[in-house]
Amino acid sequence: MNESFTTLTGTAVPLLRNNIDTDAILPSRFLTRINETGKDGFGGFLFGDWRFEKDEKTPKPDFVLNAPYYKDAKILLARDNFGCGSSREHAVWALKGYGIRCVIAPSFGEIFFNNCFKNMVLPLVLDEASIEAIAAQIAEGQREVSIDLEAQTVTAPDGTTFTFDIDGARKETLLKGLDAIGVTLEGWDEIKAWQDADRAKRPWNYLD
Amino acid sequence: MSQPRTLFQKIWDDHEIKDFGNGYSLLHVDRDIMHDLLGSLVFEPLDKRGMKMPNPELHFATMDHGIETETGRTDETKIAGGKAGVQGLRRKCKEYGITMFDLGDERQGICHVFTPEQGIALPGSTLICGDSHTSTIGGLGLLAWGAGLTEIEHVLATQTIVAQKPKTMRINFEGKTAPGVTAKDMILYTIGQLGAKAGNGYVVEYAGEAVRALPVEARLTMANMSIEMAARYGMIAADDTTFDYLKGRPYAPKGEMWDKAVEYWRTLPTDDGAVFDREETIDATKIVPMITWGTSPQDVIGVDGHVPDPAKAGDADKKAYLERALAYTGLTPGAAIEDTPIDVAFIGSCTNARISDLRAAANILKGRKVADGIQAWCVPGSGLVKKEAEAEGIDKVFKEAGFEWREPGCSMCVSLGGDKFKQGGRAISSTNRNFENRQGVGVRTHLASPEMVAAAAVTGKVTDIRKLAS
Ligand code: SF4
Repeated sequence: MNESFTTLTGTAVPLLRNNIDTDAILPSRFLTRINETGKDGFGGFLFGDWRFEKDEKTPKPDFVLNAPYYKDAKILLARDNFGCGSSREHAVWALKGYGIRCVIAPSFGEIFFNNCFKNMVLPLVLDEASIEAIAAQIAEGQREVSIDLEAQTVTAPDGTTFTFDIDGARKETLLKGLDAIGVTLEGWDEIKAWQDADRAKRPWNYLD
Repeated sequence: MSQPRTLFQKIWDDHEIKDFGNGYSLLHVDRDIMHDLLGSLVFEPLDKRGMKMPNPELHFATMDHGIETETGRTDETKIAGGKAGVQGLRRKCKEYGITMFDLGDERQGICHVFTPEQGIALPGSTLICGDSHTSTIGGLGLLAWGAGLTEIEHVLATQTIVAQKPKTMRINFEGKTAPGVTAKDMILYTIGQLGAKAGNGYVVEYAGEAVRALPVEARLTMANMSIEMAARYGMIAADDTTFDYLKGRPYAPKGEMWDKAVEYWRTLPTDDGAVFDREETIDATKIVPMITWGTSPQDVIGVDGHVPDPAKAGDADKKAYLERALAYTGLTPGAAIEDTPIDVAFIGSCTNARISDLRAAANILKGRKVADGIQAWCVPGSGLVKKEAEAEGIDKVFKEAGFEWREPGCSMCVSLGGDKFKQGGRAISSTNRNFENRQGVGVRTHLASPEMVAAAAVTGKVTDIRKLAS
């Protein structure tokens, strides 16, 4: 729960398509698996329809994540509007469950973007040209990419460094591994005082 | 004098515990509604901390999403993990002292149907639920929206939510609607006019004469489809119609408390002169019975209209869009949508499965028969809707016409349970989403009002309700 995100070094896998929606990231028929697998158990269903044949087991040989050298990928490169579509948080869990802690794309679906921070996954916004440059190196077999959140840099396999922007509060959430419930509960007295005052004003809203 | 404020702003102000200053605030959550898909998992942070919930009495739960809707159902579901969800949620609600309307309880039903029905949702309050159509409940004049699982965990533990303040939009309906036009047609028409992305980042308030004229259940239908316009919240100010609807419901305030509540609720409607970030006007007199032709709710035309022709599209993007949608729905460009043969007719979902919807459909079905070869289903929105319908003999009308009369749940709205339509079939449905494969593999969904669904069921093809009724 209190994991944080500071630096990340690992294999980056390019999935250079536009508008990869949450239904592609995690097809809806897997949603109810949550009560068997928990949030951490969705990795096996990531990109379910693209990764596997109809039997949901046999890997499709031409899907990029099935290449042996991408098996342990920690970073995903994509194009515009990654994570658009339905609001399911399961999409983030599937990425994380697989081991991907950072998605680099020029833009993201809004709800997906928010959900990433709640799960200590970094949605990293980088311009298309930089992403293409990194992808070109990966295509040549150099696949290791590093991210330093504190410094706000991405280091490509050949050592080239790109900087990225991130909202200060969100950066802090990741760096400190802030647990939202814990933070709010620290201010419980304030919430309680608010509730007491509100109870006097709108007593019908409280059902005890 | 204080600034004139919108309905939304008043509710926001009355629930803001802390403004974080970056567009986000900590809001009090007055009501939280849970369903079987959440299972036990959502309680994990509480379990880990070994803490009690501060206000379990403000939370309610039911089974609706993954369960079966056939008679004699049990906890078993055809979808993997469904049963674990049902039983996990039940166990946890017991443990934490949360009221649950379980399978077999007549109050069980689709979350957004039982919440107004029980008087759990009250004007001027905040309510969240783990389903994007929670906007439905805003039809009673409150701020209700769909939250993600991590947000619900936060609500269980703190009775608060960190929320981003939306921009405000008001949609004014001018004039009166014609006979045969329902709230479903009003909202479909609106989405068609403004587009499926228009409400992104907004809270939408529906206002104007035609909205004020709607009974509460119809207002819920309108607010329901706000999310189809990409708006997370939809609302309609509470008025005497709302108060009449709520009075006497099990969880609504009583006696002196009721009077105090009404007095407060009357202060909430948008003040004259309040400024919205965006205002839109809809000419209500132009609305006719609507039906979708494509794969987004914005792909909608009047039942007397024609399927768009990609060849006549203004630009290449538009052309590609139309081609793709028509490739899926298999309609002929330029053809009249009326008389398109259908295979399936479905009446159900939190959009249109309340008693008024069932009554309206039964009016059409009375003395008529479902056309040969049509699979026709009615899934009442809650156990109480079903009971009321049965007391009125509506179930008999449906059954005699040839409809299946099922147990309450989400059913074919989301097709998570075992409920399935024939592959590739053409369905006319009172639900809210006509996305590809939403109602089964290759199923082509046409959204319409329950009356239009009933009419198509008996003729076997898309039918103008105004012709059938006369
Ligand atoms: S009926 Fe459909 S839209 Fe409504 S709560 Fe159930 S799944 Fe969601």
